[in-house]
This record gives sequence, C-alpha cells and structure tokens, in this order.
Amino acid sequence: MSAGDLATLVTLFLAIVVATPLFGTYIYRVMEGERVLLSPVLRPLERAVYRVCGIEETGEMDWKAYTISVLVMAAVAIVAGYVVLRLQNVLPLNQGHIPAQSPDLAFNTSVSFETNTDWQNYSGETGATYLSQAGVLAVRNFTSAATGMAVAIALFRGLTRRSAKTLGNYWVDLTRGVLYVLLPVSVVGALVLVWQGVPQTWEPSQVVHTLQGAVQTIAVGPVASQEWIKEMGNNGGGFFNANSAHPFENPNGLTNWLEMFALLLTASSLTFTFGKYAGNQRQGWTIFAAMYAILLVGAIAAMHLEYAGNPLFPSDVLQAGLGNMEGKEVRFGSAVSGLFAAMTTGTSTGAINSWHDSLMPLTGLVPLFNMELGEITPGGIGAGMYGMLTIGAILAVFIAGLMVGRTPEYLGKKVEAYEIKMAMLTALVLGASILGFTALATVTKPGLAGPLNPGPHGFSEILYAFSSQTGNNGSAFAGLNGNTVFYNITGAFAMLIGRYGMIIPILALAGSMAAKRPVAASLGTFPTTGVLWVVLLIGVVVIVGALTFFPALSLGPIVEQLLLNAGKVFP
Amino acid sequence: MTSFLRHQVYPAVALLVALTVVTGVIYPAVVTAVAQIAFPSQANGSMIVVDGKAVGSSLIGQYFNEPRYFWGRPSAAVSAADPNGYDASNSGGSNLGPTNATLIEHVVQRVDALRKANGGGPVPVDLVTSSASGLDPDISPQAAAYQVDRVAKARGMSVAAVTAAVARFTQQPILGFLGEPSVNVLELNLYLDGLIR
Repeated sequence: MSAGDLATLVTLFLAIVVATPLFGTYIYRVMEGERVLLSPVLRPLERAVYRVCGIEETGEMDWKAYTISVLVMAAVAIVAGYVVLRLQNVLPLNQGHIPAQSPDLAFNTSVSFETNTDWQNYSGETGATYLSQAGVLAVRNFTSAATGMAVAIALFRGLTRRSAKTLGNYWVDLTRGVLYVLLPVSVVGALVLVWQGVPQTWEPSQVVHTLQGAVQTIAVGPVASQEWIKEMGNNGGGFFNANSAHPFENPNGLTNWLEMFALLLTASSLTFTFGKYAGNQRQGWTIFAAMYAILLVGAIAAMHLEYAGNPLFPSDVLQAGLGNMEGKEVRFGSAVSGLFAAMTTGTSTGAINSWHDSLMPLTGLVPLFNMELGEITPGGIGAGMYGMLTIGAILAVFIAGLMVGRTPEYLGKKVEAYEIKMAMLTALVLGASILGFTALATVTKPGLAGPLNPGPHGFSEILYAFSSQTGNNGSAFAGLNGNTVFYNITGAFAMLIGRYGMIIPILALAGSMAAKRPVAASLGTFPTTGVLWVVLLIGVVVIVGALTFFPALSLGPIVEQLLLNAGKVFP
Repeated sequence: MTSFLRHQVYPAVALLVALTVVTGVIYPAVVTAVAQIAFPSQANGSMIVVDGKAVGSSLIGQYFNEPRYFWGRPSAAVSAADPNGYDASNSGGSNLGPTNATLIEHVVQRVDALRKANGGGPVPVDLVTSSASGLDPDISPQAAAYQVDRVAKARGMSVAAVTAAVARFTQQPILGFLGEPSVNVLELNLYLDGLIR
C-alpha cells in the first residue's frame, strides 16, 4: 500500500480513538436520561412522542417484557414495510414508474431492513420508490440501529445493576437512541455529504445528451439523507445498486473517509459507554482493544492483498502499480477499497465501495471471517457489543475459570450454567444458520442456480450470502442471483435467526445477571482488564470462529487461492 | 390480551408512526430544504450545463470511443438503452471473480484493443478492468498519459497542449492523502472541445 493509504488508515483509527470517549459518554448520558447539550431542543419532542404513544417514561421492564417489546416492534415494522413495498407502485412519489416488489422479495427486503441487515435482492434505482426509500428503508435504518443499541444498553444494565429485576424500558431506549444519538449527527453528516456532491432532491431521474450524442438517464433522489444513516447505523443498504461505490453516494476520498468514520463511530463508542456502566473505563477500553486488534489485522491484510493485484492478468502488457482494479473505483484505489471491505464487515454495515465478489480470494476471506465471528469487531451498533460480551467475554471468563478451577466472574458477578448456556446458544445459532443454509443451497437445484462464478468462487458466493444475512451485514458476493423464491425466503429466515436468535438469549442472560448480587473481588478473581485478558478474549473469539467455519472457508476462498497460485482459471 | 394490546402492540404501532414522521418525513425534508438552498448544484446531481442544455454530470462517467476523446473505464452497467455501459439508471459491476476465465479473457481483449488504438506499450490496469459503479467518472493519470498521443493526433493538437489539459483536470488527493490521483474524463473532454473553461 502507498503512504496515502497508510495515512488513511492511521487517521481513521486516531479519529475513532478520540471520538470514542466523547461520543460514548454522550450516549451514556442520553440513555440514562441525563441532561445533554441538545436537551432544550429534543426533550420537548421526546416527551411529545411518549405522550402520543402512551409510553410511561419511568416504567421499567424485566427481561421478558423488554424482549417481547423488541419482538412486537419488529413484527409491526416488518408487516408495515412489507405492505408499502407491495403497494409502492400505486403509492405516491413513484416518478420512476417502479413496479411493486414480488411477495418473496418484499418479505426479504422488509425483514432485511428491520434486522439491520440491508441485504438487497433488488437494485435501488429500479426496485424501490422514493417513498419506499425515505419513508420505510431509511426509517428502519434509524430504528433497527437504535434497537441494537437499546439491547446492548439493556445488557450493560443487566451486567452492572445490583440485585435488579429490570433492564430499562425498550420504548424509551429506542426513542432516545433515534432522537439524541442518530438523528442530530445524521442531519450534519447528510449535509456534509451534499456539500461534497451527494444529491438530495425529490426530482425524478435527469436526462442528459452526452458529448458523443447519446442520451443518458441519470438516477438521482433523496440520497444524502439515507446515505449517512446507512453508514452510521451500520445498515448498509444502498440508495443505488452500486452502493457506496456509486459516485452519487460516495463522490471522493473525503466522503469515503467520512463514511468509514461514520460506520465505526457508534459501535466503537459503545465500548466506552460500557465502561461508564461498569464504573471502570478500563473494562471498555479492553473490549475496544480486542475488537480493533482483530479488525486491523484483517484490514491491513486486505489492503495489502488488493494492492498486490491479480497475478492471472497478463503482466507483460500491463503497467504495474494500481493493484486489483476489477470492481473498483479510481478515486478510492485498490488498497483503500480493501480497507473499506474490512471496515464494512467488521462492523455489520454491509455498504460496499468495491464489489467484494471481485476481491482476491484471500481478501474475500477477510469480510467472510469478520461476519462469521458474529460482527463484533467493533460490530453493528449495539449488536457488536452484545455479541462481544457474550461470545467473547462470557465464554472467555468461563474458559479462564475452567483453567484455574474457580467459578468464573464477570464484573463481580458469578457466571453460572444458565449464562454459559445462553452465551453458547448465540454462538451455535450463528454457526447453525450460516452452515445449515449454505449446505442446503449446495445440495438443492434452486440453491445451485444462484452463483455467477464457476469453481470454488461459486461456493464462496453462497457461503458469503448466508454469512452476511445471518450476521446481519448485508454486503454480498453480488454475482449470486438472490432474487429468487429460494434465496429470498431462506435469506429472510437467516436474517431473522441471526438477529433474534442472538437478542433473545442475550436479554435472558442480561435478566439473569441483573438479579445477581456482586461479590467483592479477591486475589483469586481473574481480572477482566489488561493485556492478558485482551489476548484471552481475542483467542476465544478467533478460535470459536475458526473451529466453526474453517472447513467451509477452506472449500471457498482458501482452495481458490491455492489454485490461483497454481495458475488455474475456471471456465 | 387487552393488556398485551395496550402495553405492547399500541406503543409499537404508535412509536413506529411517530418515528416515521420524524425520520422519514421531517428529517429528509429538512435536509432537502437546507441542501437545496446551500448547495443547489450538488443537491441536484452536479449537472454540467452548456448553452442551457445538460450535457452530463461531473460525477457520472460517459461512454467514449471516438479517437479525439479520452476514454473512460470499461463499464458493466450495460442495458438495452446503453449497450456500451454507463447506464446511470442501472449502476453496477461485473462481479466476476479473480479466477473466472471470463474476466481474464475480457482483460486480454481490452488490452489488445487498446494497444491497436494507442500503439504498443504496457496498458494501465484501470483501462482494462470494469469499475464498481459502471459509472466511474475518473481514470488514473497513467491512463490519461497513455492516451495523450492518440488524442493529440486525432485533434491535430500538440502533445504538450493535451498534456497540459490533462494536468488541469487531474484531481490530487484531498489534504494530500484522501483518495487517489484521478482525471475526470468528461470534464477533460468538454475542455478539449472548448465547451467549458
């Protein structure tokens, strides 16, 4: 990679390190109902929302009520989204004469945006009207992100409250997350994007007459308002088919940097919020360190591999130096496109600024593995933290406890059989959904009809699809033809399992931990801060991921790389 | 059951409606209003208007194959209306994997075609690989330099004059490191045609 590529990576990381305590503190204060700078403006709005919706602000929920509220909200939103997508052809704001989505596609799309996945089996330009984009999909970008954050906050409360029965109020947590955390930053972010060239208009597509006398129809729309929250909420669903590779979604190197910052910001800051709840910032920074150690190794590998280029190209007649440019944009270059691929999958965003299907085989392994770890580096907004705390921290204290022969503790609370069962359930759900659906697709006709590319890469496309949807990421090896009844339905269930198969056991775990009384730390207590703990945490996360997915990964990207080294191409 | 409806279903429905009004109506409306006042050109697609007619967007590439124009990158955004790509209502890439024989064939064919049109010499890789959006407005400075001789000859201009034009439309990384050096093909060609300054 070049010096500029390295500078992009370093400045991005430093900016996140600076922003994490600031934004993390802000999130804590908002979620605990403390007064913040924006309260004079937003507090009246917040109270009006509660009044209209009949929400009692101080009413606390136990874990069951919290879970039921999350699920009911999801059900209502999925049904409402489905109805709009089915009727979008006759609803207003359809200047492009876009047809209704088919039943299976509308089901997939509605589930996709409500689960914070944003997997898209349609093209933005031709498959969704302005009303669907701004009135449903962008709204889900806010609410699904705030729901992830709410569940993480509920888990923080569960881990840190003493002998408590309740975890907070989902309606209040959701409302505050949207109004105070996501909305203000999105207004500013969207306007910066417009300044740099991202359109924001309700006018229909523009028709121009090109220099060589052709007619070009240029799709525009309310792009900027959706673009920022798509990144910041770790949603990733593009206004256009080409997503953040489209010059109207991501016009230059500055917007590219800002979009990467946006997708890392909230998920990273929540580590500090966690430290605030734990009353010990080292707890938060420890999690942060483990997350970024894993993320940065993958990111640097991806940058290097893309910059090295494709050895199968005829090197004697090509200039060296630009790297693997298939499926990439000149203004971003190959290395920073590799960086974006790692960032968008280390978070659960799934926006793309290059086509992951055309990444080099081992580069493609980075996003695949990021998603299969459960999107925890730093993961989706909220989802990264609750994943890291269960698949990572709870399992790691358990393993450390086994090694020293003591009952494991986390934040002074005993971790017992029930908690370990819930944590294991989340890890198993992830593996079962990804590998089960992939296996199903590889032995059925409609499944095998999906891949575009031949050879092991075709298998990678299927594995990627279910890793992405189960992990609620939403990026794709997009050669796969996903808009079929088979992939729409299996994908929708993978997304539902990946989302609520995590949230339900995690809230159960939170409820169980909340009820416990903390015990004082003793000499035998394993410290959950510091270097040793970071190493253990990384070890547990990577080993659990590798043990589950290595066989599947070796059938896809690993064997493809070995065959590529031998000069093999697939007709 | 009524308790479930009142304490779970009603707040869910009402809150979804309320948040839809805030984030799906007010938020995009406010952003649009401010954007249209503060940044009207960008908010409407950065259109380039020559003699009152829109000839393109400075952010969206166009298909060029005439010798007197600089050519952009191969585009997979192909449709019935735009058989050569650059369909700006249908963005996208090839999605061909790195070991797909079709990709390697395409690259070899494009190299041959370019070497026929521009004379020999190694070809910059961005000119033989399809862009991610299919609408990439840019080429690398190397890809522009590679075409200077052809364009100068077709236009009867000096190589130095064409090289100077390329330099004028070469965008350096913002703050020295954000983004790659790139040449905006449409703007460069408009300039060579004397349509923009």
